[in-house]
Amino acid sequence: MSDAAPDTLLRTSLHALHVSLGAKMVPFAGYDMPVQYPQGILGEHQHCRAHAGLFDVSHMGQVRLSGPDAAKALEALVPGDLQALKVGEIRYTLFTNERGGILDDLMVTNAGDHLFVVVNAACKVQDVAHMKAKLPPSIKVEELTDRALLALQGPAAATVMARFAPDAVKLRFMTAAAMTIQGVACFVTRSGYTGEDGFEISVPNDKAEALAKALLAEPEVKPIGLGARDTLRLEAGLCLYGHDIDETTTPIEAGLAWAIGKRRREEGGFPGADMILAHLKGGAPRRRVGLKPEGRAPARDHTEIHDDGERRLGEITSGGFGPTVGGPIAMGYVESAYAKPGTMVNLIVRGVARPAQVVAMPFNPTNYYKP
Amino acid sequence: MSETKYTQEHEWIRVEGDVGTVGITDYAQGQLGDVVYVELPAVGKAVKQGGDMAVVESVKAASEVYAPVSGEVVAVNDELTGAPETVNADAGGKGWFVKIKLGDKAQLDALMDEAAYKKFVADLG
Repeated sequence: MSDAAPDTLLRTSLHALHVSLGAKMVPFAGYDMPVQYPQGILGEHQHCRAHAGLFDVSHMGQVRLSGPDAAKALEALVPGDLQALKVGEIRYTLFTNERGGILDDLMVTNAGDHLFVVVNAACKVQDVAHMKAKLPPSIKVEELTDRALLALQGPAAATVMARFAPDAVKLRFMTAAAMTIQGVACFVTRSGYTGEDGFEISVPNDKAEALAKALLAEPEVKPIGLGARDTLRLEAGLCLYGHDIDETTTPIEAGLAWAIGKRRREEGGFPGADMILAHLKGGAPRRRVGLKPEGRAPARDHTEIHDDGERRLGEITSGGFGPTVGGPIAMGYVESAYAKPGTMVNLIVRGVARPAQVVAMPFNPTNYYKP
Repeated sequence: MSETKYTQEHEWIRVEGDVGTVGITDYAQGQLGDVVYVELPAVGKAVKQGGDMAVVESVKAASEVYAPVSGEVVAVNDELTGAPETVNADAGGKGWFVKIKLGDKAQLDALMDEAAYKKFVADLG
């Protein structure tokens, strides 16, 4: 992730809207993005948990994969069971490397005649190059640079969406469909990264601002910046690529074994399968865990985690304050022997050892729509 | 008579007699955003002008608060421990951090007065 000078930063199609709403803009993954609006991170976070929040996630990469057996072809790069996806189903999966590390995490939707893939902003150039290089020439890889991506998240998201797209609220969590919203052809997924019920709407760039304004005009909806997006996903126990997962962490260490399909465990056939399946079978040397520091002091990324002696067990990969939890929360990696919930460890904050407990995640119960 | 002085690191100090009350400025709290934690030094601690004195943490990040003058910490604002949001609500008043017994009052001469600080902040854009 590079923080370029402001004049070289890219802009999403909602940039002018963010500025007009009074957002504080910061460089993120090469884009000039809203970190917060005048309401502030705490207020935005709480609004999203109580009502509904609108996020601009247009910086993320939207990719269309088409061609014969695209799902089977993509399985050569990821450990997810993509061939099992029925039309309209979404799967969370990972691009892995030959050492079993993670190149990026992504969402793959079976959109019928193609796969709709959403990847992280900071990784999208590499991801597209990776797919173009590794997939057979019969698979067409197109980055949908003409589309914006809006996320509407929160317990009132469905109530709001019902006014715009009645078909959207029929979707269950991790399913998707093409639909028309205010006369515009959109692709809607029931997904998100906040732990709340919600939707992501892929919409043409030139229609994005009108749709965002229409959604923001609803009484339940307020704009939410990247600051609250981070606290919301941390409370939901979700990984942030480049922090909680990277090229050195295997999916098993990261606690993402659930993302590896049963058939894929038996067949392998994805990069790093030897290492990943060995971790799956024999256990990983370290594990990603949730941590609750005692007291009120947050422990930030790269804070060392020690045992009750002075031995280093690992470090925090995402840490801060959980507004809904009402105190500090963190996730990080520890030696596997210390990964059991209830285990006490020390966090070394500004040179002082402060006790913290290993806890199960999510920190805040998720609220997905699974009728 | 008390006068408030300011540092380039956005601390303020209001001196009465030989004790100065210290906090961060309203501009600083606005830049930080929602304050969720304040770490204060122990009473009796010796601090050095420009040296580490306290830590203030917003949702996003931890920031050092530097001592505007050298001296001894003679009181800390314990209320911030339970209500760190006071820093946002009243940075220049109830959100004070510590009281320092000044070692050398001449150190105040190097700090900005209110007019100079206002101009300093305005120039930051």
